[in-house]
Amino acid sequence: MPDRKPLSFQDLILTLQTYWSAQGCVLLQPYDVEVGAGTLHPATVLRALGPKTWKAAYVQPSRRPGDGRYGENPNRLGHYYQYQVILKPNPPDMQELYLGSLKAIGIDPTLHDIRFVEDDWENPTVGAWGLGWEVWCDGMEVSQYTYMQQVGGLDVDPVAGELTYGLERLAMYVQGVDSVYDLAFNDPQSPDFKTYGDVFLENEKQWAAYSFEYADVDVLKRQFEDMERQVQRLLAEGKGRQGQALVLPAYDHVLKASHLFNVMNARGAIAVAERASYIGRIRDLCKACAAEWQKQQGAGA
Amino acid sequence: MPQLLLELFSEEIPARMQANAARDLERMARERLEADGLGDARIHTYAGPRRLTLVADNLPAAQADRSEELKGPKVGAPPQAMEGFLRKVGLTQSDLTERDGVWFATVSSKGKPTADVIAAMVEEIVRNFPWPKSMKWGTCSLRWVRPLQRILCVFDGAVVPIDIEGIKSGNLTEGHRFMGTEQGPFAVTDFTSYALGLDRRFVVLEADERRKRILEGAKAVCAAKGLELVEDEGLLEEVAGLAEWPVPILGDMDPSFLDLPPEVIRTSMRTHQKYFAVRVPLDLRLAPHFVVVANISATDGGKAIAAGNARVLSARLNDARFFWDEDRKPGKFELWQEKLAGVTFHAQLGSMAQRVERIKALSKSVAVAFGEDPVDAEFAAGLAKADLVSAMVGEFPELQGIMGAYYAEQFGRQITSAIRDHYKPQGRSDELPSTRLACAVAVADKFDSLVSFFHIGEKPTGSKDPFALRRAALGIVRILIETGTRLSVLTLLTDEVVARSVPGANALALKDGVPVTSLEVLEFLADRLKVQLRDQGKRHDLVDAVFALGDDDLVRIVARVEALDKFLATDDGANLLAGYKRAANILRSEEKKAPLPVFAKPMRMPGAPAAEITLIAVLHDVAPKVEAALETEDFAAAMTALAALRQPVDTFFDDVMVNSTVATERDNRLRLLMQVRDLMGRVADFSQVSG
Repeated sequence: MPDRKPLSFQDLILTLQTYWSAQGCVLLQPYDVEVGAGTLHPATVLRALGPKTWKAAYVQPSRRPGDGRYGENPNRLGHYYQYQVILKPNPPDMQELYLGSLKAIGIDPTLHDIRFVEDDWENPTVGAWGLGWEVWCDGMEVSQYTYMQQVGGLDVDPVAGELTYGLERLAMYVQGVDSVYDLAFNDPQSPDFKTYGDVFLENEKQWAAYSFEYADVDVLKRQFEDMERQVQRLLAEGKGRQGQALVLPAYDHVLKASHLFNVMNARGAIAVAERASYIGRIRDLCKACAAEWQKQQGAGA
Repeated sequence: MPQLLLELFSEEIPARMQANAARDLERMARERLEADGLGDARIHTYAGPRRLTLVADNLPAAQADRSEELKGPKVGAPPQAMEGFLRKVGLTQSDLTERDGVWFATVSSKGKPTADVIAAMVEEIVRNFPWPKSMKWGTCSLRWVRPLQRILCVFDGAVVPIDIEGIKSGNLTEGHRFMGTEQGPFAVTDFTSYALGLDRRFVVLEADERRKRILEGAKAVCAAKGLELVEDEGLLEEVAGLAEWPVPILGDMDPSFLDLPPEVIRTSMRTHQKYFAVRVPLDLRLAPHFVVVANISATDGGKAIAAGNARVLSARLNDARFFWDEDRKPGKFELWQEKLAGVTFHAQLGSMAQRVERIKALSKSVAVAFGEDPVDAEFAAGLAKADLVSAMVGEFPELQGIMGAYYAEQFGRQITSAIRDHYKPQGRSDELPSTRLACAVAVADKFDSLVSFFHIGEKPTGSKDPFALRRAALGIVRILIETGTRLSVLTLLTDEVVARSVPGANALALKDGVPVTSLEVLEFLADRLKVQLRDQGKRHDLVDAVFALGDDDLVRIVARVEALDKFLATDDGANLLAGYKRAANILRSEEKKAPLPVFAKPMRMPGAPAAEITLIAVLHDVAPKVEAALETEDFAAAMTALAALRQPVDTFFDDVMVNSTVATERDNRLRLLMQVRDLMGRVADFSQVSG
């Protein structure tokens, strides 16, 4: 627990924004397509590739339909927030920068036990992997820290450092609450104080019912196939005014396909044997986008 | 003598890689120094969360000067050859010496300064270090386990200049990441100042010392509360690689979680949180506490750390409780059994449900051998794999079997023992399953693995055994032998059993009417048995000698081996073995000249030597005794009966000439030897016995 008045959920976000802004990051707003993790934002997946430098930070709502618990589990959510930082190339003092961000949000490393515990990150749906750690604070995983080595099956060169903070978890830790729904969303002293539950509990209830019971599998399947075709069409036939393939719109369709797959999976509509094949299809789409993006960025030039 | 100090300082190295890294560093340095004539160095290496350190003492300041003699052209060789040789060695002809018509050059080279050798060695080590997984960072093209931050390289008090991809060597290192007032890099001149500097900056360099501090500290914080640490060697090793300044702290666990199975609590603590469990002394009950090993002595004495970890543990155990409650809802076993049909065991070997059906059928047959009710065995086997799709085992795979037993409590202790223990034994030192029923299911489970994987050609090769088939075979060997359970492997592994292992497969390959796969499995078991017996100090050639008889009952094979071992240790046994070998040699060499006579009982030929008559009589007497003893599997008695042959066989060879010029005499004597060989061959194949 912090040693001064704990930050509300939104102040935690503001503090991280201020901190990373001071480190020279471009502060982006959340991407407006459903994604399962902040990594999938094109600001990470695509910008990690190619020779250009890139420093960005943003909040990304992450949808994990299968993790929904109808608002009944204090630690699990079907929709939550990640704070994502990408630094390409990773600066030599990236660990120090990261630790600085923990201090900024009130975690004193002489009072709390901060550890870097081996965790090799891999995301098979985007053909990406990297080495790094889970960062533990008093036994709780508060961030994922990765040196990205490949995305879409292509080498990330120069290497990008990626930080992902699980915002709810971090806020629960900072505020010392046991249920995510008890988090102070804004300042508890404010006349219109709201908890996380006030803001999101109803969403969790309805979305869990949708994901597990009411999502229409036939429609989802059809939409998945539509998205898949659009990616191929946009990469093969789409042309911008400068003659470039329409990789950014294509990639949005990959994200949509990926989310549709997650909903079908939560709905229990995908057999074990089918799962691998769906993941493979998404990965292939993602690889095609990654290759095209890298080409447009002038890799090796 | 000068000393080398090398430290490769990086971001956090995975705990599991540290011990090997220390060994690899030592090996690479030693090989290089030896190759460069600096093999007298005493090398010691250390590995920790952020650093690999090497200190080498007893190094000279430079390599010794070298002088070697090179052979040149012969006297009178064409001038081009001489010119070429002189160019190569950089000398003139007057520097050469002539011996036996050949020119020799003595080339001496000055030894390189040791610092130069070290610089090359460090570069070689850094570029080729065998990390199990390595990465690149930033714009650097080097690979290391995590970003390499510094290279400290000091020889005889001075920095050895090295520059590897922009990382320059120096004499600086750093202490603990968070602790102490002396933050930031500090300079060292040798190992003593290095070790002292680290100690003052809260870094325990030696892994052994970290382990010791953790163990002693953890025991102490438990004892202070009248509690006892549950020791865990693997966990100790891991946490010693996660902290430079390890500080064990006792935390409290909400006692309401103690109604969860202790295995669940311990596994959750160990795998998720790397905590040690704590128990009430003189009692197996867990206490509502845990020990976490922090990486700092916190400014508040560890209160915040204990409280934070306790909250995380509660969240973890809440998850476990959710799985536990969910898994115990009525009707779960049926649901899981159905679900197994959707779980692929192996692409060619069908679903888990199909595997369960095979184990059920095998369990029925195996149960008979164990004197257990086949219906019980089949029932237990039907439940044994169900927990694989339970929520708890999904989270903690290492609790397979254990959870199934908890969930099947209503079926009674026999059935739950089989569910819990059928994965046992997990190796040579693990316990056997606790009941005979559990043994039966365990053996059936392992036979199914062996037959199935052998049938699709997935046999272990060299160090590759991805399906742990050696362990499965050893498990069968140990269970059958240690319980003395009699089982005919080939009777168990019928055509049907083999055919069923691969759903939808084609016809079976047979050899003498027996499936080839079954023979291969039997041979594999015999191999494991051999290893097992060899480890117990038995002669493995005796296993071969017994196995050659075609026996497929492991217990009987071992009994024969033991009887044979004892027999051969006696004077009679050793001599009879010699007699056997002599008989077999004669028969073999005679067979090369002409076909041996068709076997018939040797006759008492008129005028035959006494030794021949005696041997015929003794064989006549011994043969039925051997047969009778074999009938009752009294191998010691069979050997004793054979011992009666020793004297007559010896005398026969002393007194009788086998190769008589009289054909009928010769044939009769050969037949006599054949009878000796074949009668002895009923007990073991003595031709495979060495000595």
